[in-house]
Amino acid sequence: MLFVIYSKKDLIRVINDPEHPLTLEELNVVVESNIKVDDDKNNVYVEFVPTIPHCSMATLIGLSIRVKLLRSLPPRFKVDVKIAPGTHESELAVNKQLADKERVAAALENFHLLELVNQCLSKRATG
Amino acid sequence: MYQSLKEIQKLSGHTDQVWCVSWSPSGTLLASCGGDKTIRIWGKEGDSWVCKSVLTDAHTRTIRAVAWSPCGQYLAAASFDATTSVWSRKSGEFECLATLEGHENEVKCVGWACTGNLLATCARDKSVWIWEVTADEEFECASVLSTHTQDVKYVKWHPTSELLASCSYDDTVRLYREASDDWESCAMLKGHSSTVWSVDFDKDGHRLVSAGADASLKIWQEYEPGNTEGVSTPDNISVWKCVCTLGGHHERPVYSVSWCALSGRIATASGDDSLCVYQEMPAEDAKNAPKFDIAVRQRGAHSEDVNCVSWNPVEEGLLASCSDDGSIKVWQVQKE
Repeated sequence: MLFVIYSKKDLIRVINDPEHPLTLEELNVVVESNIKVDDDKNNVYVEFVPTIPHCSMATLIGLSIRVKLLRSLPPRFKVDVKIAPGTHESELAVNKQLADKERVAAALENFHLLELVNQCLSKRATG
Repeated sequence: MYQSLKEIQKLSGHTDQVWCVSWSPSGTLLASCGGDKTIRIWGKEGDSWVCKSVLTDAHTRTIRAVAWSPCGQYLAAASFDATTSVWSRKSGEFECLATLEGHENEVKCVGWACTGNLLATCARDKSVWIWEVTADEEFECASVLSTHTQDVKYVKWHPTSELLASCSYDDTVRLYREASDDWESCAMLKGHSSTVWSVDFDKDGHRLVSAGADASLKIWQEYEPGNTEGVSTPDNISVWKCVCTLGGHHERPVYSVSWCALSGRIATASGDDSLCVYQEMPAEDAKNAPKFDIAVRQRGAHSEDVNCVSWNPVEEGLLASCSDDGSIKVWQVQKE
């Protein structure tokens, strides 16, 4: 169980911010206490904090987290990615979009959007 | 009354998530579609279901839904590539007859009216399109209905009249009918607290069931002008009221609901990997306060989200489901 949490944390911490030359962990967008894993019930719940309350990239960041988890976890896991309560002005709208599997599936068939997500998920040279 | 589902067969073949299964009107063929951009047609050989044909090359993105015409000769498929294809099997083989263009983006669902003369499609562009089928097998847009304020997820025609229902990411269900010259939205059904994913009419079409991301089901009853209950019907148009809400059985969104015309049972498919079957129970006032009991709760029906469930229109108790796990399953309800 602990192993799962830590490895997951490792998965998310390396996601790049679309606008900054930093990772989501470095920007405190995703902190460990906001990742919850229930290995028995196959649930993974992640809350993230956009850098600013009107961050226009919130959906892209959430989508990148979701995609990273979908690609990395066994398919038995149900993944919920949400904005931490009170940290974004369009919190409910973004959460609803991120929870809509059909929209996520369609977004991932959109070449341009997929490229943006992949940029967030690509390994960036450190230095 | 406890019942169970017996898994008759698991059908493998799709190479990606399966979004939709649809029985032909005669109940002998099952069409399926999904993320692998193909349509598969399944039929029974001896005691088992086998893949009879694979329809490819019509769409460049996910095929979200398939629907048979009432005569069983045509199959329509809605795709994320913004088009809808119509196939004919009059020659014995499935041939792509037409590709309907017009939606701005992902087409989510398609359905044929009971007469076979009309087709409806809906899309993320928030619109519902009505298409007329001409005598020489052409399809002309008859109306574009833009009453939903968000992504339209699903369309379903009334079983005996040209009344259309749609449901949306805007949390509502809408009904449409043809009025004098054009189509109009004639009712808005509000009650769900999140996206409504699916709707279905009962056998007679005086009741509608809706299901959605709030994990609940709602039964809506039609009150026609002059109804004995005294429900007022402004403009002489039927009013639909929620008479029953069913919740607490699914833990995640309900993606699909199917109301069996033969048995009156309601089946649901959910993102919690399970299927449920509801049975109507005798009630003092069955019209205004119907009672439904859960008859089956099939946990782990699939190993991932169940996207669609559909009752066979001819063989009572036969059910098909499909899932993100890439499989389709055929089930039989068993009374215990």
